[in-house]
Amino acid sequence: MDKQASDARPVLEGPDIARVLTRIAHEIVERAKGADDVVLLGIPTRGVHLAQRLADKLEQITERKVPCGSLDITMYRDDLRMHPPRALARTEIPGDDIDGKLVVLVDDVLFSGRTIRAALDALNDIGRPRAVQLAVLVDRGHRELPIRADYVGKNLPTSLRETVKVQLAEEDGRDTVLLGAKPAAR
Amino acid sequence: MSKILIRGAKVLGGAPQDVLIDGETVEAVGTGLPAEGAEVVEADGKVLLPGLVDLHTHLREPGREDSETVLTGTRAAASGGFTAVFAMANTFPVADTAGVVEQVWRLGREHGYCDVRPIGAVTVGLEGQKLAELGAMHESAAGVTVFSDDGKCVHDAVIMRRALEYVKAFDGVVAQHAQEPRLTEGAQMNEGVVSAELGLGGWPAVAEESIIARDVLLADHVGSRVHICHLSTAGSVEIVRWAKSRGIRVTAEVTPHHLLLTDELVRTYNPVYKVNPPLRTERDVMALREALADGTIDIVATDHAPHPHEDKDCEWAAAAMGMVGLETALSVVQETMVDTGLLDWAGVADRMSARPAQIGQATGHGRPVSAGEPANLILVDTAYRGPVDPAGFASRSRNTPYQGRELPGRVTHTWLRGKATLVDGKLT
Amino acid sequence: MQRHLISAADLTRDDAVLILDTAEEMARVADRPIKKLPTLRGRTVVNLFFEDSTRTRISFEAAEKRLSADVINFTAKGSSVSKGESLKDTAQTLEAMGVDAVVIRHGASGAPYTLANSGWIDAAVINAGDGTHQHPTQALLDAFTMRRRLVGRDTGIGQDLSGKRITLVGDVLHSRVARSNVDLLHTLGAEVTLVAPPTLLPVGVGTWPCEVSYDLDSVLPKSDAVMMLRVQRERMNAAFFPTEREYSRRYGLDGDRMARLPEHAIVMHPGPMVRGMEITADVADSDRCTAIEQVANGVSIRMAVLYLLLGGNEPAVTPTRTEEK
Repeated sequence: MDKQASDARPVLEGPDIARVLTRIAHEIVERAKGADDVVLLGIPTRGVHLAQRLADKLEQITERKVPCGSLDITMYRDDLRMHPPRALARTEIPGDDIDGKLVVLVDDVLFSGRTIRAALDALNDIGRPRAVQLAVLVDRGHRELPIRADYVGKNLPTSLRETVKVQLAEEDGRDTVLLGAKPAAR
Repeated sequence: MSKILIRGAKVLGGAPQDVLIDGETVEAVGTGLPAEGAEVVEADGKVLLPGLVDLHTHLREPGREDSETVLTGTRAAASGGFTAVFAMANTFPVADTAGVVEQVWRLGREHGYCDVRPIGAVTVGLEGQKLAELGAMHESAAGVTVFSDDGKCVHDAVIMRRALEYVKAFDGVVAQHAQEPRLTEGAQMNEGVVSAELGLGGWPAVAEESIIARDVLLADHVGSRVHICHLSTAGSVEIVRWAKSRGIRVTAEVTPHHLLLTDELVRTYNPVYKVNPPLRTERDVMALREALADGTIDIVATDHAPHPHEDKDCEWAAAAMGMVGLETALSVVQETMVDTGLLDWAGVADRMSARPAQIGQATGHGRPVSAGEPANLILVDTAYRGPVDPAGFASRSRNTPYQGRELPGRVTHTWLRGKATLVDGKLT
Repeated sequence: MQRHLISAADLTRDDAVLILDTAEEMARVADRPIKKLPTLRGRTVVNLFFEDSTRTRISFEAAEKRLSADVINFTAKGSSVSKGESLKDTAQTLEAMGVDAVVIRHGASGAPYTLANSGWIDAAVINAGDGTHQHPTQALLDAFTMRRRLVGRDTGIGQDLSGKRITLVGDVLHSRVARSNVDLLHTLGAEVTLVAPPTLLPVGVGTWPCEVSYDLDSVLPKSDAVMMLRVQRERMNAAFFPTEREYSRRYGLDGDRMARLPEHAIVMHPGPMVRGMEITADVADSDRCTAIEQVANGVSIRMAVLYLLLGGNEPAVTPTRTEEK
């Protein structure tokens, strides 16, 4: 792990991340026509922090509090049988429900699309939003499902032999997006 | 019958000697005996002992032939080095009449692997209420001298007193299964630290000790002798030791498994360790070994208790109690008593042959290895050590707690009155 | 975690905390309009009950159904099933039907252990109470209830019960709940005291990781939670205690006794309660009594256990505390 991290090269640094989040916030306000009914739901772990940052920026822009929560998708994953069970993360739905709201899902990296598929299933069990949109910090391609993001911080063409790792101050002590090589299969 | 010369056998573990058998009798014991006209068996330093005598065997016939028969049981006995076994009375029907004991005795004679001495029930149906016809069983062809309700305790003090008194008329002995019934209701294992944790009903030591204490006092009072089956606790040892010091005529037996195994094994919930009386603690095991060494406990008896596979392949509470023991008894005694230095081979011959034959009056058994005595002899390869493999048992049942366990010693030859029943570890 | 859940003693501190944390998330599902998760879709769980226990069975059943497992209920009590080989036969029948887990309640101590270790079946085995041995999910739901009430619902996440003083009162001898609780509470760092008449304590209790007292009144003021164990009236006939009245007077919890507890302390009961015996109606119905909460928490705990044992390709890997995040 440590070796991989040292080999990895940053593709986004702290200021870049702040800048793209600001841009995404503006895009949300624009496309949601003032973001009156927007609810941000971050996908744990790092999506939750990104959602909170977006919420802060939306508040600066609109001068209103934007509801922000988290949506754990562990129990809806399609690869549960391929690993030992994972510890669950918190699902926190702000306000009473999401019925009739515009839910913006927030995640750090969009890759196969399977996480988002699981998130859509999870949302389905929670309520019926007016619409669902997706915001991601990095889209690295290689989709395995017909899913696309509405807001993308950075499109990052990658090879399947590469890894993309997002680090955020809240979790990792610093803000950066690292592109590295996958460790050789053992 | 022809002559057999056993060459170079350590008689009772002593210096190598030759033993010449002529017909049913030992003709000579010495060195350099002539081999002419005799079949020669090279003992190669194996230990020669008198045929073992088991005062406590369950042969199950009649009634539970699915677990053992007189034939399979006596083959197991011969394989384990026994030339006489006392067959317990808890068959179906119960051996409480002359008819049943004669049947068992006759089956033993017909098969010819081992002398079978039936034990008669003390009370009708083992129910502890009414004396069985003890005199009739004694006078029968089976010549019963030992009486026991084993499996159940003769718990009524008056019945026990009467039985002790009554058998004096023909010098019989009552062998008591010491278990106070009220204290052992729902008992599943030794009561103590392990039972508390496992939530299994406790079988407290005091349930055994209180009966032994009562019975030695009763025996003293009426001037009878009493035998205690499968003594299992350190406290019981103390009581018997006290009784003997007072001159009370009490004898006691210990099973091989109580000399080796403890209740810690029950943590596996494997019913193969379920036995009555239950496996006790390390402290008890050590006290039993010491008592057997110093003679407080007179004999080793197997309490060979065969059960069919299905009676042990189930949850603990539903499982039958008991273990087979005939084919591993001597090995366990070597492991726990000889290899630990507590007992020499002469001592083993005393505890497993001479004394049990004496207590049960098994004429012709448990005799010294000397000229003119019946040729009931065994050869033991004491240098052998290997894992127990129940698949090789002659017994019909496989419920041994020693499966896979490494034990020393192997009986290679058994002669019953000069006739070989086991040769090179194979039954004839 | 191990593949089976047989005894509370098999759980490490981190296993137990993981189960409690997971249960806390599961509990939130109960507040949603759709109280169901797809996690165990295609998994078959059989509830194999050789002993009547509607409460425990429906709790497991609710947990299994909320996780979308296929549920088969097998109640052996009262059917032609007798003792002994029936457990093996029944288990093998179910195995042949392809079950992934067996939740077993059995009157014989050790039956779940035997089922898991006999080689009869491959399925995971969850002990739903065996004889007077163990009832691990009950101990887990009790610990969950204590953590919520004494540490806090959110502040409790990741925490154990270090330093909490828990008193168990009643028929310890015949209680699998007591055995499981002593094991688990000790693992979680709580200080446990057993209070019972000496006749209802097992020989050998001295080696358990807990204190023993015969005097309820002196223990109550030092208790953060007091758990009243059920005392069956039939015990009276076996001379475990003289009369119901004497038992209640010495070991029952009434309003006066409850007043001796510290302000924050809770009263617990695994149910079903024998009102008037070990607990008076006013105590049972007071808001300090968590009996109803315990029932609700039972479903969350069982969901957590089922998920952690069956949710993946092998049981959950418990993060050790030293491992870096």
